[in-house]
Amino acid sequence: MLQKLFKFNGGVKPATNKAASTRDPIKPVPMPRQLVVPLHQHVGGTPHPLVEAGEQVLKGQRIGAADGNVSSAIHAPTSGRVLAIEPRVMAHSSGLSSLSVVIEPDGEDRWIDTAPMPWRSMSPDEIRDELRDAGIVGLGGAVFPSHLKLKPGNEGTHTLVINGAECEPFITCDDLLMRERGDQIVRGALIMQAMLKAQRVLVGIEDNKPEAIAQMQAAVQRNGTTSMQVIAIPTRYPAGGAKQLIRVLTGIEVPHGRRSTDYGVQCFNTGTAYAIADAVEKGRPLISRIVTVAGNVERPGNYEVLFGTPMDHLAALAGIKADTDRFIMGGPMMGFRMPAYDVPVVKATNCVLVGSEALFPAPAPEMACIRCGECARACPADLQPFELYWHSRAKNFGKAQEYHLFDCIECGCCAYVCPSHIPLVDYYRFAKSEVWARERQKDAADVARERFEFRNERIEREKREKAEKLAAKTAASRAAASSAPGAEQGEAAPAAASTAADDSKKALIAAAMARAKAQRDAADQAAAPVATPPASAPDSAPATTAPAPQDRSI
Amino acid sequence: MLSALLVMAALAVVIGGALGYAAVRFRVEGDPLVDKIDAILPQTQCGQCGFPGCKPYATAIAGGEAEINQCPPGGEEGIRKLADLLGREFKPLNAENGVEKPKSVAVIDENTCIGCTLCIQACPVDAIAGAAKQMHTVVDPLCTGCELCIAPCPVDCITMEPVGETVDTWKWHYPVIPIKTAA
Repeated sequence: MLQKLFKFNGGVKPATNKAASTRDPIKPVPMPRQLVVPLHQHVGGTPHPLVEAGEQVLKGQRIGAADGNVSSAIHAPTSGRVLAIEPRVMAHSSGLSSLSVVIEPDGEDRWIDTAPMPWRSMSPDEIRDELRDAGIVGLGGAVFPSHLKLKPGNEGTHTLVINGAECEPFITCDDLLMRERGDQIVRGALIMQAMLKAQRVLVGIEDNKPEAIAQMQAAVQRNGTTSMQVIAIPTRYPAGGAKQLIRVLTGIEVPHGRRSTDYGVQCFNTGTAYAIADAVEKGRPLISRIVTVAGNVERPGNYEVLFGTPMDHLAALAGIKADTDRFIMGGPMMGFRMPAYDVPVVKATNCVLVGSEALFPAPAPEMACIRCGECARACPADLQPFELYWHSRAKNFGKAQEYHLFDCIECGCCAYVCPSHIPLVDYYRFAKSEVWARERQKDAADVARERFEFRNERIEREKREKAEKLAAKTAASRAAASSAPGAEQGEAAPAAASTAADDSKKALIAAAMARAKAQRDAADQAAAPVATPPASAPDSAPATTAPAPQDRSI
Repeated sequence: MLSALLVMAALAVVIGGALGYAAVRFRVEGDPLVDKIDAILPQTQCGQCGFPGCKPYATAIAGGEAEINQCPPGGEEGIRKLADLLGREFKPLNAENGVEKPKSVAVIDENTCIGCTLCIQACPVDAIAGAAKQMHTVVDPLCTGCELCIAPCPVDCITMEPVGETVDTWKWHYPVIPIKTAA
């Protein structure tokens, strides 16, 4: 079968450095002393903890419940005891802490009761809820909750793309997964195909992974499905970007501000397909993933790692060389430098790249932009990186957005080719986070404005209602007083007392007070003091949300 | 001579009529400038500017009754934006109105609170929940950090806590070129 392939613009060809870590099969990791499982490992709401310190948990037990629909659950990676639920340093460039569940393994590694999901008889919504509660998120690096993507687009979805391109240098976790566990990837992809009602599945793999391509083709053949095709694509960074891979495989160019689903294409990582098959066929939630350990180590390789495993525990298995000075999560192009060596492996960790000054020398000093335009030629998103750079540098964020700052996928091609060594992506990240901060501020200001205006309106309304009530009451009492003078003093006295509280009705008050006085005198003369209620308890005041201050003497 | 006068008079009538019609037809309700200024102000509703809220301050600026440098929560950036919008000179923040502080939220010490509701009445954005003789608490996503609740509290149980950075609100720093120390 011949498949016509397309090209995306730009891209670069850095040294792949993949051979060293693909020599050995995927290896297990001995249980660390402690697992630190951050609750917030994905895009969306932070799950709220379901366990308490001191509690025993089983492997696969849900310890964090999804917060709303745009979120995902978190599970205990092994059986053991919860030591604490406390902020721990995250695998994040900021070095900030986030709430984590610290588990001390008991060594038994005992699973909860799991059962396969009868997914063929379940409604799509039920399957999506199950996947959310199984903690399935995109394992390509974006960690977007997968259940949200497993919905056919408005116009239907015709093509499901399985992303096995793995274009970033050093990283080989998807490669090894495809070589060793192709059958389960195929089964996972078929489940997703059924959920999306897609006609075909295209598995895109870069042609520098011949074993993976052969294994996946064999797996498709063994499965017997005819709607799935394994396609070798030219090796060119960043062919593994979702929009770039879709372009190469289908020729569809997803324009600015749209999603591929609008054009009937949905894209998932191979690791995600594998995890979905695990969740559906075995009822096992996502608690581990394949992680590449590469860079400045003796024996680069791939490991099946439980989430929460400290990175130094993992990297030690590969033999960290002495001159190591940093851990990078991800690859050399898009990875993030970790704030500490013992940060936990999370769902987004596809690679722990061990770095040293010799392997990744500090970049040459930044020089002035000479407007050569190399960055624009290299940009796979068809942006104008130099324009973005100038506007970001000048903190002219509105202008940067006009040049589609948010279409930048931070692949690093522009910085890679820049002859002036400008850290372009750093500028874009800075500009993006400033824009987000401003948007948050603006949203907060809008809410505050709305609430302030509503409060003012409410106070006005209460004042008005009070005045109306009083006016009605005075009118009524006046009518009563004129029809039967002296008979209604019990009613008139409190009315007079509460009118005294209202400044705007001074004239009315004076009149009412005079009347009340006259009535009281009349009553006194008649010697019939019918229970005169105390003036401090006006019953005519409308209920306000804030009770009167005299209530505070507790 | 007469025809010229007639032409001019007729023109005046026609143009006058058109203008009069436009004034009625395209009448703008409210002052759009006030809304533009209000959109720049931080909506803290703290009253540090000397006006009872951001909208009244915006109205005063638009009316030329107030300077643009009276809003401490808006800070220097806010003043620059106002200066840009209004074509006025930038002025540093007026120290009489207060100083720029990091964003904070009010926190009620639950052990000391006596449930007097005074803070609830003071809060300009209804961000405090509670009832008479019940413990009060601040709904912190809604708190603007205006500090108006601190003064009325008879037992001084409200403190301002700075809002820390979280992984979600963390910002990338402006790329700076490290200067190497001379060897």
